[in-house]
Amino acid sequence: MKILVCISHVPDTTSKINFCDDNKSFDSDGIQFIINPNDEFGLIRAIWFREKTGATVDVINVGLNNTEQTLRKALAIGADKAIRINTIPKCSKVVAKSISKYLESNQYDLIIAGRESIDYNGGMVPGMISALSKINFVDKCTSLEIDNNNVKAVREIEGGVENISTTLPLIISSQKGLVEEKDLRIPNMRGIMMARKKELIVIEDYGFKSSSETVKFEKPLSKNKVTLIPSDNIDKLIELLYKEAKVI
Amino acid sequence: MCILIYAESEKGKLKKDCFELASYASLIAKTLELEVHAVCFNANNAEELSNYGVKKIYHYKNKNYFDFDATIYSDYISKIFIEKFRFLILSSSSNSRYLGGILSVKLNASYISNVISKIESKSSIKVVRNSFTNKAFETVEALEKNVILSVAKNSFEIIKEPVTVEIEEINFEMSSPMNNVTSIEKSENKISISDADIVVSGGRGLKGPENWHLVEDLADVLGGATACSKPVSDLGWRPHSEHVGQTGKPVSSNLYVAIGISGAIQHLAGVNASKTKVVINTDPEAPFFKAADYGIIGDAFEVVPDLISKIKKFKSLNS
Repeated sequence: MKILVCISHVPDTTSKINFCDDNKSFDSDGIQFIINPNDEFGLIRAIWFREKTGATVDVINVGLNNTEQTLRKALAIGADKAIRINTIPKCSKVVAKSISKYLESNQYDLIIAGRESIDYNGGMVPGMISALSKINFVDKCTSLEIDNNNVKAVREIEGGVENISTTLPLIISSQKGLVEEKDLRIPNMRGIMMARKKELIVIEDYGFKSSSETVKFEKPLSKNKVTLIPSDNIDKLIELLYKEAKVI
Repeated sequence: MCILIYAESEKGKLKKDCFELASYASLIAKTLELEVHAVCFNANNAEELSNYGVKKIYHYKNKNYFDFDATIYSDYISKIFIEKFRFLILSSSSNSRYLGGILSVKLNASYISNVISKIESKSSIKVVRNSFTNKAFETVEALEKNVILSVAKNSFEIIKEPVTVEIEEINFEMSSPMNNVTSIEKSENKISISDADIVVSGGRGLKGPENWHLVEDLADVLGGATACSKPVSDLGWRPHSEHVGQTGKPVSSNLYVAIGISGAIQHLAGVNASKTKVVINTDPEAPFFKAADYGIIGDAFEVVPDLISKIKKFKSLNS
């Protein structure tokens, strides 16, 4: 089985968010970048298949060369090979089209991409790839078992789950549940050394046009100060929730 | 050229957010000078959309395809869309978001998610969306002729605008389903986090899963859903489906009550879109107090039982 995991290079979850370039782009100054957490849950599941069933795991990113550190981290965790499509990922469509173009000449049985990236929160790349490459798709996947070509997957829905049976080739959007937090791996020294020798292929920009464009970013205004209520005056809180906030 | 909304139904009935969507579409329809139409599947009360400005409904009725399937639904919606539409409005539900990416390819459309603003001008289609998990607003311009907007939950009010509606039943020859849904597990009497107007959430300050009755009882009297912080789900005190925050579920309820949650930046990002936030914590330095609207510095084990009994009393006097 050949698995491709799409990796987004995103600011660490604790990052303070600032913008530059006339508020048109994210200011990466002083920012630590990580593998997008939703992608990482998928990557670890892929590596589980690699270790248990001998699957191969490739990772792909659409971005400029600054994302290679994140791809190297994925290699250090256990992926076999990395691919970077040398494109400014201006919008989700460009990312999805680039990956689908790569899939035209490279066959995979399973493609995994995070439910959404924690930076732009588009949540649309996996569905777009499914439609572009005409492969089955399970969104918000929280469990995945594969037996030959047969797949049992679980999709999260409001207030519950859907149990799905389907077949390969398949794309899933990954999130927590696919593996647990405790299953995540920190690359060890041996992994990091080996990752340096692994193949990282760079493919030149396919030249897809943007479908949408960022005009500007703004930060939310700082909010009003909290109203503190003494712990022995719960009636006051209820009054405020009823009369001021009007939420009960 | 018209605006199409996908009005989701469940068990033969329109979901509540359809009316939010219809109201939003009617709002932007005025700027764009277009009519609002809707597409729905097996919804017995479809005509109710006419109370919110929907003038035409394309209705798919077929007992064989009662359940949601991404291929069947996206095929049907795109067949309707290509007739005479330019805008498609989706909610932020799991099913709508499932369809969004697929439809943006089928319709050659710009797709913008988490939308929180109207469209201000007919000449260039720009909207504001939440990004960086509520740490920023992004203004985005759609560059393609067709546009799909998925509207952030709880961002727009329901506005009544009764009109006369025409309902057309159209049944195309359907493609085969993408996947086979073998079963659905859903707790019937529990409110889900994404559907809830009120969410009560507990953190490590509650000391252990055996104390969760405090969260559950408070959620119960408020008619809300229960949630938890990341450490709580990582420790296995509560299921992952309850984890809210940056890597868990986003919350955009009217009221969010955080009990014993210090308010790490990742947690705050995930719940920031909630309108009113109440924080109960023993530590006056807890960062959550800076993001809260109302705060009580005190021991949850004393404050919460008191709060439960007083809300019960309040509810019985005001119902």
